[in-house]
Amino acid sequence: MTEEPVANAPEWTDILRQMILIRKFEEATEREFRRGKIGGYLHVYIGQEAVVAGIQTAARKDDIVFAGYRDHAHALLLGSDPNAVMAELFGKSTGVSKGKGGSMHLFDAPNGLFGGYGIVGGHLALATGAAFAGRYRGLDRVVFCYFGDGAMNIGAFHEALNMAGLWGKQGMCPVVFVIENNGYAMGTSVERHSAVTDLASRMNQYAIPNEKVDGQDIFAVRGVADRVIRQVRETGRPYCIEAITYRFSGHGAADILQPYRTKAEVEQQRHRDPIVILKKRLAEITGLSEEDVKAMDDEASQMVARAVEFAEASEPPSADELYKDVVAETWGKGGRING
Amino acid sequence: MAEKTYRDAIHDALFEEMERDENVLLLGEDIGIYEGTFRITAGMLNRFGSRRVIDTPIAEAGMIGSAIGMAMFGLRPVVEMMTMNFSIVAADQIVNHAAKIRYFSGGQVDIPLVIRGPHGVGVQLSAQHSQSLESFYGHFPGLAVVAPSTPADAKGMLKTAIRGKDPVIFLESAALYGSKGEVPDDTNATVPFGKSAILREGSDVTLVSFGRMVQLALKVANDLSERENIEAEVIDLRSIRPLDLDPVYDSVRKTHRAVVVQEQWKPFGFAGEISASITETVFDELDAPVIRVTGEDVPMPYARNLELLAVPHEEHIEKAIMQVLYRD
Repeated sequence: MTEEPVANAPEWTDILRQMILIRKFEEATEREFRRGKIGGYLHVYIGQEAVVAGIQTAARKDDIVFAGYRDHAHALLLGSDPNAVMAELFGKSTGVSKGKGGSMHLFDAPNGLFGGYGIVGGHLALATGAAFAGRYRGLDRVVFCYFGDGAMNIGAFHEALNMAGLWGKQGMCPVVFVIENNGYAMGTSVERHSAVTDLASRMNQYAIPNEKVDGQDIFAVRGVADRVIRQVRETGRPYCIEAITYRFSGHGAADILQPYRTKAEVEQQRHRDPIVILKKRLAEITGLSEEDVKAMDDEASQMVARAVEFAEASEPPSADELYKDVVAETWGKGGRING
Repeated sequence: MAEKTYRDAIHDALFEEMERDENVLLLGEDIGIYEGTFRITAGMLNRFGSRRVIDTPIAEAGMIGSAIGMAMFGLRPVVEMMTMNFSIVAADQIVNHAAKIRYFSGGQVDIPLVIRGPHGVGVQLSAQHSQSLESFYGHFPGLAVVAPSTPADAKGMLKTAIRGKDPVIFLESAALYGSKGEVPDDTNATVPFGKSAILREGSDVTLVSFGRMVQLALKVANDLSERENIEAEVIDLRSIRPLDLDPVYDSVRKTHRAVVVQEQWKPFGFAGEISASITETVFDELDAPVIRVTGEDVPMPYARNLELLAVPHEEHIEKAIMQVLYRD
């Protein structure tokens, strides 16, 4: 633990509560996927909770987040209603995106979440432009752009990062780029997909300062985040945090066999469960008891159960929703072909 | 009204919108210091400064992606493609991001983004710089695709694009940059999307096209009127998406014959879409099959003689007209 901040007991307990909620929520989504209630693709954040929790709890309410497709945790951390997030996964009208985005495209503008993107690495340029727009309009908000190690080889990654570095020199690009390095681009390990495996160092090519952090250790992540966010907000220059983490679940709900890694490796990594690490530290620092933890678990389970109930009871989007929120309603004749 | 070139009309639209709204800004390769390959952005950097006239690296995905992010947060970026061919580099940003974000977010953000630049066949620019992309971009819901053929339309439609809330692919015909026409003086004069224009009335055959090919069709129509006493009705669609085909159907109800003209490749193209729509909607009115006039189905060659063979000319349009009139 390199940069343990001064322990603020109520805040850390609340962070633990949020991480437990994410864990329980994600476990429920896997169950509901198997029950056929959630369709399409489903990618869960189990094992990686300390990354987004450590960073977003250090952010301001008016800051902006862009995420990849593994985005449920980001929404929950930003304050999205778990009911509305679950309803989105169920494809219901009460979902955060009215059921039109699904798991990969969670979108909750009032809470600062601007997607949820399914083209790996495609959203980095959007974050760069969003940061520029904020400075252009005289705002000092920071943009957070989350992506996996697998996103670092697409052409758009290099184009976006080069422009971020350029605009950062003018103080016009306050982005915290967060590499959620879980070791695998789907089933292809970092060693097999990147010629240079020191991922953070690749940011040097774009004049973007960077550092690595143990993504399983919430204290370390939060410590880096506090410092980096302050710096980015002040300077308008981008920064990259490479959080070394691990996902305990498969890449997606259909990734059952996981031929790219051994069971032993996963078991080994489970010893570094970020929630277990935080519980232990809080027990030492604040005297957090087993009963306290049990109460948190129960509370999270109840919230998730209510979210599932809410999602199940909600109505699917009405048929006319099909034609809304698209250019056709602005300039065309409604996009209707068969309807 | 004042006479302006197509180029100046586009320049004026950009300049006036930049003056009107501080949230409008320009991005592109060499649009600032160099003043643009076709000088559309001449004088802009001087007037508006480097904060609003942004010279980008050669990185279409980066610049269009950034512009999408700007558009999500209150700005109205206009991105110049040095030629529209380069937009293919950013196809993922345009098709997977710009076109879809408003929809998959359930309408939580707008994407007021314009991507503009010269489009279609030039003169000896060869294969990678001579492509018509209207059918490609016209295919995707979530985009507007427009292609003005006159200076007045170029100015008025660019203003509509900049003031809108959705991504617009604005196809300029490089061959028309020097062409002249009357343009309204009113800086708030706009031309709506999704409204076809009847450029010439006629009772014998309906000619449908857009962009540079419209000018060709007009020439043929005037010529045939004098020479053969054939009166062609010429319709400029102006918008590829959204399409306004009602005037085309009304015209076919009068003429009972239609020819659709496009500059390049026939398979799965613009003319096929128009032709099929006519057949589906006013089949009983037709006295002849709808004929498509298109370019040849090959990449564009460099040699001038081959290049001329690759695209349709007046004689091809005339031949098609004679065909639907059973006078060939």
